Amino acid sequence: MRNAIIKSPSDLAALRDAIRTQASTYKFTVYICGGAGCVSSRCDKVAEALRAAVDSAGLSNDVRLVVTGCIGLCAHGPCMVVDPDGVFYGDLTPEKAWSIADRHLRGGELVQELCYFDTDRGEYLPYMKDIGFFSEQVKIALRNCGRVDFSSLEDVVAHDGYFALAKVLTDLGRERTAQELIDAGLRGRGGAGFPTGVKWQSGMNQPGDQKYIICNADEGDPGAFMDRSVLEGDPHSVIEALAIGGYVIGANKGYVYVRAEYPLAVDRLGKALDDARAAGLLGSDILGAGFDFDIEIRIGAGAFVCGEETALINSIEGKRGEPRQKPPFPFQSGLWGCPTIINNVETLANVPAIILNGAGWFASYGVGKSRGTKVFALAGDIVNSGIIEIPMGMTLRTIIFGMGGGMKGGRAFKAVQSGGPSGGCLTVAHLDVSVDYESLSAMGAIMGSGGLIAMDENTCLVDTARFFMEFVQDESCGHCVPCRSGTKRMLELLLKITSGRGAPEDLEELQELAVIVGQTAMCGLGQTAPNPVLTTLRYFKDEYLAHVVDKQCPAHVCKALRIYAIDPDKCRGCAACAAKCPAGAISGVIRQPHSINTDKCVKCGVCSDACKFDAVVC
Amino acid sequence: MKTTVNHVSGCTGTEEELLQRVRQLASGYKDKEGSLIQVLHMVQSVYGYLPLTVQQIVAEELGLPLSTVAGVVSFYSFFATTPRGRHTIRVCMGTACYVRGGVSIVESLEKQLGIQAGGTTADGVFTFEIARCIGSCGLAPAMTIDDTVYPEVKAADLPSILEPWYCGGK
Repeated sequence: MRNAIIKSPSDLAALRDAIRTQASTYKFTVYICGGAGCVSSRCDKVAEALRAAVDSAGLSNDVRLVVTGCIGLCAHGPCMVVDPDGVFYGDLTPEKAWSIADRHLRGGELVQELCYFDTDRGEYLPYMKDIGFFSEQVKIALRNCGRVDFSSLEDVVAHDGYFALAKVLTDLGRERTAQELIDAGLRGRGGAGFPTGVKWQSGMNQPGDQKYIICNADEGDPGAFMDRSVLEGDPHSVIEALAIGGYVIGANKGYVYVRAEYPLAVDRLGKALDDARAAGLLGSDILGAGFDFDIEIRIGAGAFVCGEETALINSIEGKRGEPRQKPPFPFQSGLWGCPTIINNVETLANVPAIILNGAGWFASYGVGKSRGTKVFALAGDIVNSGIIEIPMGMTLRTIIFGMGGGMKGGRAFKAVQSGGPSGGCLTVAHLDVSVDYESLSAMGAIMGSGGLIAMDENTCLVDTARFFMEFVQDESCGHCVPCRSGTKRMLELLLKITSGRGAPEDLEELQELAVIVGQTAMCGLGQTAPNPVLTTLRYFKDEYLAHVVDKQCPAHVCKALRIYAIDPDKCRGCAACAAKCPAGAISGVIRQPHSINTDKCVKCGVCSDACKFDAVVC
Repeated sequence: MKTTVNHVSGCTGTEEELLQRVRQLASGYKDKEGSLIQVLHMVQSVYGYLPLTVQQIVAEELGLPLSTVAGVVSFYSFFATTPRGRHTIRVCMGTACYVRGGVSIVESLEKQLGIQAGGTTADGVFTFEIARCIGSCGLAPAMTIDDTVYPEVKAADLPSILEPWYCGGK
């Protein structure tokens, strides 16, 4: 079966049937998460232990072990799912793996204490269908993540991999494929939300002997890791979709531009490309349909702006990743001046599923002009951090509290940041708004790539705005003045405010600058860079005012605005703080509670670090 | 006796050997359009970093002006023009890691290593950098040493995380 060469759709079907028959002989299938998060929690040791345990119990003919892409619940990694019943085990160790092999796989009993514990309900929930994090999900882009052995082309084919390509090549043809995507309502998942089918149509209708299709895998938004999950967990879907796109627009060459920060994704994609090539699914005369296509990986070199499509094109050409003026748009003149179509990873991952299941099926999910599902990365102060895919139109409340399990440590929810440095911060008041392209834009945030960072009451939103401005300032390529200088001036104002030197008129200036930069910057990076500032000014004005008027940081985050004091009940009078204080602001008698002279205090925090009794409060 | 060059993050060899390998590598891409960035990645892994002499060789071999090569090297954060340590520590300061306390990891590392972020330790073991999101947001705060990711790092864990790397391995 290994290294089978697939020359026609019937070869593909024969391979699928053979692998499926083989897989159906097992009593249990164990899916072990091999996503990057679980890899860092040493899932390899767990998989090794489980394999050894299964072998030593003589169960190798009953149990099929599959190392898959991301299952999603990073907070409980390393994790695994046992089918046929969909039992979820999390926080695994090699010892726990032995115990699951013995009791569940050999003995047929649930190992309850290793299952997911729902703190709200106070009970163990063994089945995925009962766990809120999983039960609300609809997996389309992530359909294979957590279900398929990403390293095995055979297993991918057994899960309908490359059947969409076969359908397009032998049945649908170019026009109907593009139309199918338009009817499905698929829009770009990288942020802008442009209709994918329309983009492909433009590429198809553009004259040119040489065209290119590019997968944008330069997932730079901090807080977003869904593209990484797809590339690492289901690289063949991306390859298949690129081949489909190449066929539709008339390109025989594709590129995947991956950021250098994702070495695991590069490895797995590279192997998948080799396997696809060896099987004849890339190269010349693919599936006997007379279509030639191949893909090359290009690795970025650490520049956020390269996620912008024209900057990305420059980077593939080996140049500085500065954006180009649009028009001409890439579909008219892109890579080396040729018509080029660029799609994001998640967008592409949806394509094969739409082709196989139909536009109507995809469009049955979602609301308004936002059809289908969206993958979100849940992170920050949230209990169930990880990757989820939900039908568009769900509320933030369901996502954060239903699936995400609320805030860690029972602290109060304060804000959620959507869309990375181009997005905005939303408040409690927005929790019941539907999550779709239009609703999020109306609130000043954007869908963006789908990073959702939940923040609790200990977060200062002025400091968060400063954090994002520092990010874009650092990553601004410097090509246009509004972005290069405008973000610098905005950062200076934010630093002034967070260091306690701000005045109320600074807020007006900040607002004015933000609007100007947004309207005049050349590319998407600069145009959206003010969003975190604009949304925080809009929804957290009180917090800004506290900084500039009362000179206080209500969340006690901004160091310069803290007022340090010593709790007399906790202070033992050891004078460790007084000895370290660079300003001589602490006085007191040995073995008696000390005190801080706030006039002398320079708010450096050294006393707090020096105190062994947590007596310094701020 | 041959002197081994002290660019600890690159390959071992004499200065001449390394420069020769750089030249060979680059010359293989002479007519391949748009390969500058990929060539620089490879050359950096051989020589350890990209000083002007190396950039000059790349420019000559690819038939590009030195200004073009230098422009690309200075644009991308992965390219270094000063020697790097044997291992690279990257502390993630993406939003999730920032919110979950990445700052304290940076501060503790600065203390422990005795260098600021962006620097290399005097013994040449570590280069310490801040990363803009490594995509391990679900396990924030995170850091990497070379390609190994450390999830949910606490300042107290740092000594035990760093220790094995001093002996060269994980």
